[in-house]
Formats: sequence, structure tokens, C-alpha cells
Amino acid sequence: MSAELFEKMARSVLDGDSDEAEALAKQAVEMGLDPLECITSGYVVGVNEVGENFACGQAFLPELVMAGEAMKAAVAILEPEMAKRGTARQMYGKVVLATVEGDIHEIGKTLVGTLLSASGFEVIDLGVDVPTTRIIEKAREVNADIVALSALLTTTMVKQGEVIEALEDVGLRGKVKVMVGGAPVTREWVARIGADGYSEDAIGAVKVAKELMGKA
Amino acid sequence: MQPKLELLTQDMIARILDEAFQLMLKPGIKVQSAEARQLLAEAGARIDEANEIAFIPEKVVRTALETVPAAFHLYDRHGNPKVTYGGDAVQFDPGSSGVHVLDPETLEHRPSYTADLVRLVKVAEMLPQYAAQSTAVVCNEVPKPIGDLYRLYVVLMFSEKPIVTGSFSIQTLPAMFDMLALFAGGRDALAEKPQAVFDVCPSPPLIWSDFGAQNLIELARAGVPAEMVSMPLAGAAAPVTLLGSVVQHAAESLSGIAIHQLAQPGSPIVWGGAPAIFDMRRGTTPMGAVETAMIDAAYAQVGKSLGLPTHTYLGATDSKIVDAQAGLESGVSAVLGALAGINMISGAGMLDFLACHSPEKLVVDAEAIGMAHRLVAGLEVRTETLATMLFEGINFKGDFLKQRATRQLFPLEQYLPSPVIDRDSIRGWQAAGSPDTFARAKALTRQLLDEYRRPQIALDREAELSAMVEGLAREAGMERLPNLD
Repeated sequence: MSAELFEKMARSVLDGDSDEAEALAKQAVEMGLDPLECITSGYVVGVNEVGENFACGQAFLPELVMAGEAMKAAVAILEPEMAKRGTARQMYGKVVLATVEGDIHEIGKTLVGTLLSASGFEVIDLGVDVPTTRIIEKAREVNADIVALSALLTTTMVKQGEVIEALEDVGLRGKVKVMVGGAPVTREWVARIGADGYSEDAIGAVKVAKELMGKA
Repeated sequence: MQPKLELLTQDMIARILDEAFQLMLKPGIKVQSAEARQLLAEAGARIDEANEIAFIPEKVVRTALETVPAAFHLYDRHGNPKVTYGGDAVQFDPGSSGVHVLDPETLEHRPSYTADLVRLVKVAEMLPQYAAQSTAVVCNEVPKPIGDLYRLYVVLMFSEKPIVTGSFSIQTLPAMFDMLALFAGGRDALAEKPQAVFDVCPSPPLIWSDFGAQNLIELARAGVPAEMVSMPLAGAAAPVTLLGSVVQHAAESLSGIAIHQLAQPGSPIVWGGAPAIFDMRRGTTPMGAVETAMIDAAYAQVGKSLGLPTHTYLGATDSKIVDAQAGLESGVSAVLGALAGINMISGAGMLDFLACHSPEKLVVDAEAIGMAHRLVAGLEVRTETLATMLFEGINFKGDFLKQRATRQLFPLEQYLPSPVIDRDSIRGWQAAGSPDTFARAKALTRQLLDEYRRPQIALDREAELSAMVEGLAREAGMERLPNLD
């Protein structure tokens, strides 16, 4: 019975069908199923499969993003239920995500956010053109594990370095890992600014984030 | 709306046809088959027997044009229509009758053998961009008298797609019909649902050889589609002007239609060709020249004005390796042929003025063909409003990736290229070993050959077909057929 429902949940994520994912989550709550199990045995199975399909060229960005959206819709229903039961989803970590100041490029950053959150990270997405001070404040406020910084321009990527310096200045660097990404970012750049990781694409970013949390 | 390339005004088409009809009376058409001359004489052409010249009046041709089918299909081995000749349908097949293959490792042009033809057929079978197979190369280890039917045999053993082929002599034609009839279910069934079209070539300028004319007659009587491949060579075996060559093409093809329809009215025939300009520096026949494509587009437009199915030779290159010249000539000419709305465009995979074939190039050319198909599919309205409804909930954010419409429509809006087309980031490409186009094509060719499986229908008919061809091979002095594995 519940096995069948889990399968449908995974399918709703594969289909990128947020409405269906949400409806199934509601049904599970009504049936009194364990919300945590719905996530791990249902929706996450779908997310993983889309991720694998994407990695081998069988799925495309729209599928990936819509899978993330479907996952998000389901979790929104299941989270209050978990809170009621006093259980919580084991998250990999807390990520403060932003496109750096002076840079308004959003698509890549949002994609990383969607996938991180679908993969079990708690993501606080600050949006684009975010001043360094605001990133630092938020990281401190939420006790972030990772700060993830996007920049698409060679002129704005210097801000990634600035954020790292600021984290050092306020004494947070030891507690927070820093991931950077964006078209101009290279391995050399990562080394130069002393970041902890970077990835070529959103799928890779999830892998890097898990590694940084020691969960790969 | 299918975008179209039209190089001729209606007035110019009329002028081309008028001059073609003039040429058919003066100097006339050299027709070296007595039977064809007889057919033309009975229809009202004046004949100069001593010089084998037929003076063909316009009305003989006009009568013939009335009975030519405007459209027909080629069928796969299961009897499903897979190729449409007629209208503005656009399809591609690999080039035919190469004598060399490009060795992907040494880059040597070496004589082609059975194993090479097998590889070419397998790769073309795996690529949906090719609507039909061709009898791509001659197999040099096989005696010449059966070279044509042996090529067809190899294709039939490894493919179920329709085939563009041709015979090298009148003697082998019936055997080739029988081989196809084995799959179709008899000669009548073959005429009903033809699985192959046969290329037939006039000899420039204005000559139908005994073999060419006889070929037309036999094909007409068998009801197997004929594809005329007129080859004006602008500046050498045809007038130097592109329009002059188009006139010659029309005269050769119109006289071919007259012979063909006189032999059997209503038999299917294609207005095709493989013209080229003549390179005045090297004395070669460049297939990748833009002027070659212009002659093709123009003669196709003439054929369409007469309501005829069309064919041409484009998508090939004169380069000797799969390099930038190969990509640009093959790509540009494939797109021009597609825009001209030509029903069958042969030539993909070929290098060196159609002398050399390459499976790796087939893999690259498939991408040009995919893009050409996407282009002629045109811009379609796929949503109720073009954009306004898609902006619902967007709120100045680049969130279109999250839309259901994006997921549903992107595969229709975008042609998805194979890994031969590099769209990776610079670092992704470097991580893959910085492969160039040819290296990527070699990898994909290897993959396609690995994934290829012989069609069941070929396996089912293998014994019968092999027995038939072995008999013919023995008559030609070949005791055993080459190993196909």
C-alpha cells in the first residue's frame, strides 16, 4: 500500500508534477504515514533518478528544475507534520546562497539552490546583487555551514574573494565552508581566493556540498 | 510555414523550359538505345538513325509529363512508407558509389571493401537523420559484373530502411529486382510498395547512352522508381553559366521522362541530378561549391513547377579529411538543399568529389541534417499566446526553467544535437580531453557500431538472399562470397 504510494511520489518528481507531488503528500498525511519516510523512500528516490538521468544525458535542465520544484512542494506539506511529530528530516547542512554584489545573474544560482534543497540541504537564497555585509550577517544569523557564491562576470567575481576575507575578519571562516561558481570561475581562481570548492554545474555543486559536509 | 529558397522567377522558369525544348529539337538528344529511339519515333519524334539523334517535339514531352506520378513513397522492409518523393518533403541519404574510404586512424584514402560498406550501412541505420540507405561504396574484392547487386545485397543484409541504389549494367537489373522482391513479396508487390529507387544517369551533354536509356525502359516496365541523375558540369560538359546548365539539366531530364513514360506511362520517376561547376584552377568538380548548390536549387525549382518529385547531390565536401572545410561545405550545402525543398538529398558522408566515404563524416553530417530539418520545420505557434501567458508568475525573474511549458516544448523547439556538437563549457571540454570534431565523431561512430543490432527481417531472409547472390557470384567467377562479419 505505502510502497505503491512511494512509487507514485517518486514518479511525481520524475514527471516534475508539483500538483501531484503536493496531492500525494496530503494523502500521506491523511493516511498517517511517516512524513520522513515519504521523503526518503518516495520523493528523494525520484530526485536521485532525475539527477542520474541528467548526468548521463537522458534528462535535461527543465526536468531537473521541475523535479526540484515538485520536491519542494511536497516537503512544504510534510514539514509541519514532521514538526508535530517531533521528527525532523536529517539535513546535510545549511547553505546561504547568493549572487554577489554588482551581479544580477540568477539562473545558475537558482538552479544550484533548487538542487541543493531537493538533495537535502536547507537553502537560504538571498537572491542576486547581494552586498557582502548582508551575506555575512545572514551566515552568522542562521549559523550557516556553507556560503555559496555565484558570479557570472570577471568584474564581479572578485567579490567572492571579498566575502571570504570578510568571513575571516568576523571570525566565521573556521566554521563556514565557501563554495563558488559561475562561468569565469576556474580551479586556479578557487585556489587564489582560498575557497573550499567549486563546480562546473549544478549537479556537481550538490556533490561538492556533500563532500564539504563530509557526507559524500 | 516551411521556409523556402527560390532562385528563379516564374518568367525565368518558363524561359528555361522554353530553351530546353529548343535544345531537344536543335541539336536534339543523342539516344544510343535503338529501342528508346523506336519509342520516341512512334510518339512523333524525328530520328537521325545514322547519328542516333532524336529530335523530340515539346508535345511528346508534355504528354509524358501528364502521366508522371506527382508523388510516391519508398517503403521499409516491413512495408511501411518511410520516404516521400513529391511536394516539398525533405529527406537525406548517404552518398553513393564511393570507391575509397577514409581510414579514421591513418587518414589514408584506401580502396573500399565489404567491411567498409557494412560499417557505413550500420552507422546510417543507427542515425535517424538518414531516411534512406544508399549503396554507399563499391566493394573492391568483388568481381565488377556483380558489383552493383552485391552492394544491394550487403545493404539488404544489414538494414531495413528504404534504399537509393542503381545498377551498373542492364544484365544485373533483373537480379536486383528479384532481391528486393524477396522482401516485398514478389515483383508486383515490389512495384506496389517499392523499397528502393534506382539512379539512372544521362551523359552530359544531352546524351542518353544505350545503358542509361535501356535502364529507364526496364525500370519503367518493372514499376520500380527511377531517379534521373543529370550531371551538367558547368564550364566543361555544360554551359559555364549556372542558368545554362539548368537548361541542359532540363533538356536531359525531360527527354529521359519521355523515354521512361513511353515505355510505361504512370511509372514513378524522379527529377534528380548531381551537377557541379568545373573548377578552373584544378579541373575538378567541386560538390561543396555554392554555385553547385545554386544549380541544384534552380533545377529543383524547375522540376517542382512541373509537379515532379526531386532529388539532388549535396551535403558532401571536396576536402580530403573531416575538417573545417568538410563541415562548412557539407553543412551549408545540406541547408541550401533543404531550403530548396528537395525530396531526397544524397551525398552525406562523402569527401573528395564523391570518391571517398567516411562513417565518421556520416556522424558529423547527421548533425547538419538535423539542423537543416529543424530549419525547414520553421517557426511554429505552440502556445495560445506567443509569450504573454508564459509571463504569468515570472515577476522579472529568470524562472522560465521552472515552467511546465519549457519542459514540454523545448524538445520541439530545439534540435538536440549528438555529442559530436560541442556545447560544453571550456573546462568540461578540457576535462573530456579537449577532443576536436573528428575525435568526437570517431567516439560516437564506435558507440553506434557497438549498439547496432541486425534487423530481424534481414536475419529471416538471410539464407534465401545469400543463396540467390552466391549463385550469381559463382556465375561471375567468385566461388565464395566475402565474410560479412
